[in-house]
Amino acid sequence: MGDALAVHRLQFAFTITFHYIFPQLTMGLALLIFILKTAALRTGDEQWNRAARFWAHIFGISFALGVVTGIPMEFQFGTNWSEFSRLAGGVIGQTLAMEGVFSFFLESSFLGIFLFGEKRLGPLGHWFSSLMMFLGSWLSGYLIVQTNAWMQHPVGYAVAADGSFQLQSFWALLLNPWGLWQYAHTMLGAVQTGCFVMAAVGAYYLLSRLHEDYGKLFIRTGVIVGILAAFLQLFPTGDGQGVMISTYQPTTLAAMEGLFQTQPGAPLALIGQPDVPRQRLDNPLTIPRMLSFLTYRKWTAQVRGLDQFPQSNWPDNIELLYFSYHIMVGLGTIFIAILAIAAWKLLRGTLFQSKLMLWTLMLALPFPFIANIAGWITAEVGRQPWIIYGLMRTSAGVSPLVSAGNAWFTLIGFMGMYGILAMLFLFLVYREIEHGPAPEHLPERRAHVL
Amino acid sequence: MGTIWFWLVSIMLAGYVVLDGFDIGVGILHLWIARDDAERRTVIRSIGPVWDGNEVWLIAAGGTLYFAFPALYATGFSGFYLPLIMVLWLLILRGVSLEFRGHVGGHIWPVLWDAGFALASILLAIFYGAALGNVVRGVPLDPYRRFFEPLWTDFQPRGQTGILDWYTVLVGITALAALALHGAAWLAYKTEGELNERAFQCLRTLWWPVALLTVTITIVSFRLEPWLLWDFRANPWGFIFPVLALAGLLGVLWFARDGHDAAAFGASCAYLIGMLTSVTFSLYPNVLPSSVSPIHFGLTVSNARAADYGLKIGLVWWLIGMALVAGYTTFVYRSFAGKVGTADTETEEGY
Repeated sequence: MGDALAVHRLQFAFTITFHYIFPQLTMGLALLIFILKTAALRTGDEQWNRAARFWAHIFGISFALGVVTGIPMEFQFGTNWSEFSRLAGGVIGQTLAMEGVFSFFLESSFLGIFLFGEKRLGPLGHWFSSLMMFLGSWLSGYLIVQTNAWMQHPVGYAVAADGSFQLQSFWALLLNPWGLWQYAHTMLGAVQTGCFVMAAVGAYYLLSRLHEDYGKLFIRTGVIVGILAAFLQLFPTGDGQGVMISTYQPTTLAAMEGLFQTQPGAPLALIGQPDVPRQRLDNPLTIPRMLSFLTYRKWTAQVRGLDQFPQSNWPDNIELLYFSYHIMVGLGTIFIAILAIAAWKLLRGTLFQSKLMLWTLMLALPFPFIANIAGWITAEVGRQPWIIYGLMRTSAGVSPLVSAGNAWFTLIGFMGMYGILAMLFLFLVYREIEHGPAPEHLPERRAHVL
Repeated sequence: MGTIWFWLVSIMLAGYVVLDGFDIGVGILHLWIARDDAERRTVIRSIGPVWDGNEVWLIAAGGTLYFAFPALYATGFSGFYLPLIMVLWLLILRGVSLEFRGHVGGHIWPVLWDAGFALASILLAIFYGAALGNVVRGVPLDPYRRFFEPLWTDFQPRGQTGILDWYTVLVGITALAALALHGAAWLAYKTEGELNERAFQCLRTLWWPVALLTVTITIVSFRLEPWLLWDFRANPWGFIFPVLALAGLLGVLWFARDGHDAAAFGASCAYLIGMLTSVTFSLYPNVLPSSVSPIHFGLTVSNARAADYGLKIGLVWWLIGMALVAGYTTFVYRSFAGKVGTADTETEEGY
């Protein structure tokens, strides 16, 4: 049984990680496209519309992949985690079903209109469909984050006679404070992905001396929106999320910080490798007392280390948790630095001439994806060994009759399929970028390129 | 409360079959109906703006099933593990084929995705039919109301069954034929010129196998599972569902002969809704019957449902949500109403 459990976990981890490449991009781009369309409507300048159309192509490709890799996520709750679903479906099924009913219909309806109906709708109608797409995708994010938040910090439920969890307060579930912080933090991460992708494409155009007007427009939009998101990512949302973790998941906090011993004036580890069997951090580089300050706003406050908690409640992969958390925070800090310098140079009017900054922006492209995914790994590995924090262990949630062999069969299938999808995605997005925001968008360009 | 949700989930599933059914049907037929690249593009444009929204009905129905009947979701999805994951793969193949086809031209790329679209659509129709067959036939539930079915065993609908046996395969083939008919009706409704003539031709030809399979499957089902008749005996008003199916089926042929494209498509919708609601009606109150001991282990509305509070609050947001959905759906279909032109006359393409 233990063997099958590991495969089921691996399959969920693999499929969700791959899936999340796409929604973070589409949620970020949905906001940016809406901004571009708003600018087009206000200024009447056709350049903004062409820019929006260009990004709508990339949005469309990503959205399609987000949809096809997203359906398996909903299904896997039932196929691979049937005991969890049997007991918790009455609660988390609510938010999942609401996502389908309220946001997917909205998104898919208006995406169809947005992509196919620009001429039929006119400028105002097209702008409106971009607003609806933005609202739909962000609502979808909200309901999914609240679903996850219930597993992190269960609220508004009662335990029925058969052991199942039943909804007791709809509003408590929907306004779970854990989820409010997590949502703000997650969405800002998505906005940064969108901004970095937009700025990277712009930098690529400027460096290759192609579509330079658009390149500048992309960089300007990406950097200005990005710097706002990057600061808000750190404070207040990152901080608020940290307070949630220290309040409700103190074991997780100790594990992600690599704090094995309880101590007053606890240091913040910047670098170092956790040695779990010996319960220490190797090669540490720390800021003394910083962790106490960040957690309790007091330099001398006592922070509970892992030694305060029974080993059976420790996350079962402390090393991965520690590294994913540090990668997320480290990258987030670097993003602030890059965007702050870029914004400064933009204000002074020197950004477009700075080769170094353009190269930096271009090469930064993959890192927000890594940071976002590392953030989710922190949340999910940090929740272990619980599938519902404090209530149900992950090992109790798995489908008891689906053998390791069947789970491997499907995991291998997903890996093969997603490998091909990844290649197709890169190929198609690269073609769009190579083609650039053409002044006229006619189907011939698609039909006769090869 | 459980009964209300039983019907609401059934309505959503019927909505899914009627809506996604026509674009699956188009996928089944398009290699034969559309002869060249321009025609194929026209065919795909007829479903381009709507197929994704149609598929959302599956996701929304799945989510609704999840919160209203968690035990059914858990047992059913884990028990049908292999076919469900394969359905997911087929949905991926189909979605990617439709979305990516238009991105690159040439001789290789579109042909590849046309084949992917057709293959995925054909297999999906068969899988959906077989899934329905499995629910009707019942599954070998253990005393904890759990099961796991392999893809096949000895192809017999009794004892240790697999997903595929002669009965479920027959239902799968019926579904394939019925959805192909539905797709032909859609194309007859949305296209013009030669393509339209071929769609009508196809509609008239396909009608006969669909009618034959429908009659066969009805007789076989009642012989195999006589308890399906109980609900009809107890509540004869339920006969409106099979009557609707029959009227729809006859209507398809009637209107197809007269060339009434919209009416033929409407009749095909009525046929599918009638068939599905007949099954739903005769299953009630079972949601997943046991093939081992129907009385003891089966999942029913009362033992699979969630608690009252959640179902009541769900009803509130569900009604609001579905009213909105009806609004957008109408808006989208009206925005793209009328016949789709040929690829040469329309310059506006998605992306």
